[in-house]
Amino acid sequence: MKNVFAQRIAQALTAMWLAAAPHAPLQAQEKFIVVASTTSTEQSGLFTHLLPAFEKKTGIKVRVVAVGTGQALDQGRRGDADVVFVHDQAAEEKFVAEGFGVERKEVMYNDFIVIGPKADPAKAKGRDVLDGLRKMEASKSPFVSRGDKSGTHTAELRYWKMAGVDVDKGGGKPSGAWYRECGCGMGAALNTAASMNAYVLADRGTWLSFKNRQDLSIVVEGDTRLFNQYGVLLVNPAKHAHVKKELGQAFVDWLLSVQGQQTIAAYRIGGERLFFPNAK
Amino acid sequence: MVEAVLGETVMADTLLTLDQVSFDGRGHRVLDAISLRLSARRTFILGPNGAGKSVLLRLMHGLLKPSAGEVCWEPVLEDRPPGMAAGAASGGGVNAKSRAAARLPRLAMVFQRPVMLRRSVLDNVAYGMAVNGVADDVRSRARDVLARVGLAHLAARPARVLSGGEQQRVALARAWALKPDVLLLDEPTASLDPHAIRAVETIISEIAAGGTAIVMTTHHRGVAKRLAGDVIFLHQGRVTEQTGAAQFFGEPVSQAGRDYLKGDLE
Amino acid sequence: MSWILASLADAFSLALSFDPQLYAIIALTLKVSVTAALVSALLGATLGASVAVGKFPGRGVLIVLFNAAMGLPPVVAGLIVYLLLSRAGPLGGWGLLFTPGAMVIAQVLLITPIVAALSRQIIEDAWREYEEQLTSLGVSRARAALTLLWDTRFSLVTVGLAGLGRAMAEVGAVMIVGGNIDGITRVMTTAIALETTKGDLPLALALGVILLFIVLLLNLAAHLVREWSVRRYG
Repeated sequence: MKNVFAQRIAQALTAMWLAAAPHAPLQAQEKFIVVASTTSTEQSGLFTHLLPAFEKKTGIKVRVVAVGTGQALDQGRRGDADVVFVHDQAAEEKFVAEGFGVERKEVMYNDFIVIGPKADPAKAKGRDVLDGLRKMEASKSPFVSRGDKSGTHTAELRYWKMAGVDVDKGGGKPSGAWYRECGCGMGAALNTAASMNAYVLADRGTWLSFKNRQDLSIVVEGDTRLFNQYGVLLVNPAKHAHVKKELGQAFVDWLLSVQGQQTIAAYRIGGERLFFPNAK
Repeated sequence: MVEAVLGETVMADTLLTLDQVSFDGRGHRVLDAISLRLSARRTFILGPNGAGKSVLLRLMHGLLKPSAGEVCWEPVLEDRPPGMAAGAASGGGVNAKSRAAARLPRLAMVFQRPVMLRRSVLDNVAYGMAVNGVADDVRSRARDVLARVGLAHLAARPARVLSGGEQQRVALARAWALKPDVLLLDEPTASLDPHAIRAVETIISEIAAGGTAIVMTTHHRGVAKRLAGDVIFLHQGRVTEQTGAAQFFGEPVSQAGRDYLKGDLE
Repeated sequence: MSWILASLADAFSLALSFDPQLYAIIALTLKVSVTAALVSALLGATLGASVAVGKFPGRGVLIVLFNAAMGLPPVVAGLIVYLLLSRAGPLGGWGLLFTPGAMVIAQVLLITPIVAALSRQIIEDAWREYEEQLTSLGVSRARAALTLLWDTRFSLVTVGLAGLGRAMAEVGAVMIVGGNIDGITRVMTTAIALETTKGDLPLALALGVILLFIVLLLNLAAHLVREWSVRRYG
């Protein structure tokens, strides 16, 4: 009785491991790099469009870990990624200055837009983002902020400052109950804004793929200040010897190459272009 | 203390000596300065509820340590194959008098509620032997013992689905298979029906007939009358008398004993 | 209320769509959680049995620690494992971060206390019943622990299945140490989290229903095992 039971367990375990085993040898042979990028970039669907083209050309698989910009750069500092691909110029330059990145290369830009309720209680609609933000503060209309040190969040704080809105010294953010920080990603912030009927700063990519719009629509767009520059950085192998520098550099080079730039430009959602390649 | 006992004339075939053994449990003295010598092949410990019979039995086995005094088993001359453990008798409080080629007696115990492992009847009996280092023919020996207790037909049955009487017989088989020198039994028939009681009784007789000494507590006077050699009567933690069974059941020496037989104590 | 029915219908058609990506996600979920559950079962049962049967100083403290560890928040477990496995951390050389291996480790950290605490309780109860008889037979404590583990095997299977269910349901730890990488470390829970943040709530809900269904099957299996074992073995 005891033997039969034990036998059955052993059989089940062996079957399970055999099923899991194919993973192991594949991983050993596979060429791959880890790219730390942002949630907004992933959620825009860019990678699903972009990476297969790169893989086809080079045979290198790209594993994207999508987190906030702050966390992505931190991953680069720790050596947990081979390449960092984010959109916060100041933070990226600091990253290189501190020696964690080899150099910063511009790849593409997309733009931010201000989303808000169709009824537009703050009367912020137009092409001027600073003017719109001032009107939101004046009318104390509910505003959702990501509050997560992401590239989008940093940009948002920059705009408040530029607009001359009265900010609290500590966080550099507007004070008041109308300003709500969720500490969350772009999609979650849009969800929150949709349910609160609030204003929110978003990147166009996430907005175009966002399905839970409810009563929201685009309020401000086209202001050149809203352009959002993406940079790619190879993590410095001098700091972390295990970084896959050849494979990582291949990815950087491809992004900047004609084929890479064209693939970026070809990505559309509902016929609309999201990203504008601008590598020099 | 030990020297004093050694120096005395030891009665023939003394199995076990208790010297001023006391036991404190749950805030009161359960057994009070008990000194006795066990020599009969079949000893029954009788007494009303709460007298301390179960505690006394466990002290003898070594499952409990006395709060005072000593429990001392007489060594047995080696006539068994080496390598069989002496069970719990080597626990604290029990002394071993060292003599060449002597060992502590092998003890086994059957409890009021039989403890069956969640496996077949045969495996239960085999388990007892396996943990005592028996390696050869464990399963065939187990089958033999089961046949002797009349349970050969249930060998493959899961032990826990058996009736109380059958389980107790398995417990006896398990103990018997160890070929113990002494078999202790704590009210083995307490929760059984008359038919099962008879079956258990028969088995105990057979075990005794095979040379194993029996030490048993029971409430069933019928069983005691039929099987007992010696009777130790316990009352309120003290031994009030230790006499032959015939004497006890005919004309008990102590008042407590007389009251007990009359049914006034319980 | 109609959206409940709609989501159930969505879930059904999603499950039957034979979408290879979905099946890959389900397969990975099972691989990671089953592996973690098996390792935790071994570790936890051993720990539980040792503490149940053993007599050593600090035993009481250990029991309190196990019970407290049951409440370890998954996201904290994830953070701890992340810091350990990061290249900048002590075990970075293993290169396990952002792989299913890291997810298994994090889940083992989470589930072992649960299995240990529950199996300790089960084995302690059994020990209470068996202690005198086993001691009488001359069984050492170590041997007794093994005997009890075998004897309580059906209850322990239930505990193991509970651990498995817990592993499959958690998201905080695997998100941090796995990175939710498409095709590599994306499991059902992290996929649901992702679809929710993308605003694709119907898809998230459909995935959630499938996950619930699997967990329900697990609990059903646990129940059946118990019923059968009681009938068969008593």
